[in-house]
Amino acid sequence: MAEDHHPRPLREMLAERIVLLTQESVAKCYQCGKCSAGCPLADEMDYPPSQVLRMIQLGLPELDERALKSLSIWLCLACETCVTRCPQEVDLPKIMDFLRQESLRRGLAHPEAKNIISFHKAFLDSLKYTGKLYELGLIADYKARNPRSALQDVLTAPKLFFRGKLNPIPHLVKGRKEIAKIFERAAKKESKK
Amino acid sequence: MKLGYYPGCSLKGSAREFDESILALAGRLDLHLEEVPDWNCCGSTAAHNLNHLLSLALPARVLALAERANLNEILVPCSACYNRLATAAYELGQDDALRAEVSGIIDMEYKGTAKVLNIIEALNKVFAEAGEIKIAKPFNHKVACYYGCLMVRPPKVVKFDRPEEPESMDELIKKIGGEPVTWAFKTECCGAGLSVSRTDLVCKLSGKIIENAVKAGADALVVACPMCHANLDMRRPDIEKFMGKKYPIPALYITQAIGLALGLDEKELGLHRHLVPVILPERAQPAGPEKAAQEKPAAGAEE
Repeated sequence: MAEDHHPRPLREMLAERIVLLTQESVAKCYQCGKCSAGCPLADEMDYPPSQVLRMIQLGLPELDERALKSLSIWLCLACETCVTRCPQEVDLPKIMDFLRQESLRRGLAHPEAKNIISFHKAFLDSLKYTGKLYELGLIADYKARNPRSALQDVLTAPKLFFRGKLNPIPHLVKGRKEIAKIFERAAKKESKK
Repeated sequence: MKLGYYPGCSLKGSAREFDESILALAGRLDLHLEEVPDWNCCGSTAAHNLNHLLSLALPARVLALAERANLNEILVPCSACYNRLATAAYELGQDDALRAEVSGIIDMEYKGTAKVLNIIEALNKVFAEAGEIKIAKPFNHKVACYYGCLMVRPPKVVKFDRPEEPESMDELIKKIGGEPVTWAFKTECCGAGLSVSRTDLVCKLSGKIIENAVKAGADALVVACPMCHANLDMRRPDIEKFMGKKYPIPALYITQAIGLALGLDEKELGLHRHLVPVILPERAQPAGPEKAAQEKPAAGAEE
């Protein structure tokens, strides 16, 4: 009986949620390891990409959780090398996108990913109000979230400024209300997933 | 020729010399660029990392605005924007329910009629129409053409060149009198979006790229993406510290290289904005058919 094999309801299994929300199936992967071989950051990860996939394939709650707690999902650069070379065309970058969102949803993000996550959040928060990226604002916001990075790039910033590469004033989208609504609606819909 | 234009945020800020060199080329090559009205950021890495629907909706707004303005083809020079716009168009083109959902989120109908072009595709189009290109000063340098990730991958989405060993930029360099080198890191990732949050990893990845280009004998790196350029140029002091080695090799945008060959002014092309000074060694012999002819008999003699 199916229930004997899957003591948890299927809908809670990561593998099933991936099928439901990304239309990708981890079952397609036959563990050839091509993705891990070509991944530019595999050696920096706690689990190489093929192992993250394997954990999810097995469908065990503790392995699902380990995948969501991994640093790997945050180091993935979405460079698309793995999916380009995968003989089964498993869209691993798309699955990684899902895993990152799911990891935050369940409050399982790896502590070492804090900087990476706060950069992404600072980026989107800036965008919500301006519609176009305001680089200087983004960096200031990121530094406020990560006080230890306060001194990072202090030597480069003036060089960029004098080369006209740092805009002191943000470019604003006229339809800022539209942008704010897009953020609102997308957040609401994603939170229901 | 008229094309829609989506410069993206980087080209209006830290990568403004990419924008400047594109506009300078457009002026010279009879290309009329019409900016997508009131365009917004594509959402970049942050959106697709944190919110899938947002990562589709932001590009969808740009595409829908382009459609409204009757822009059927849009030049998207930044590879990251190009990839996000192409991905949104691909995903929404495959799933009508998703397209309806995203149209609801952006409060505009997205039909899917606007096509995005990367900078190489656009340049090829312009050159094809112009016929012969008038080269004022051959770009007589050995260069490593660096394509990065997002212009060529994933192939089913971008449908451009070969994902592993692309040639299109090398062909352009040959057209302007340059000599592309054979090297291994054409499509390796520079570290892209981790530039600020994990600079150490970016130094490692970009350091390998620069090292390989130098080993292959290149005088310059030629790029087509502001993220790649930021990591290879702006991050150079960090990279040199990380690698424990100095790398004077400059990184130019493909549009700057072409601009130089067309005889455009260095300042107009924004060369002065780079952190690594653009100093290109003068080469005695122009690379061309004569040189190839010289090499051939030597190869034959060995047989």
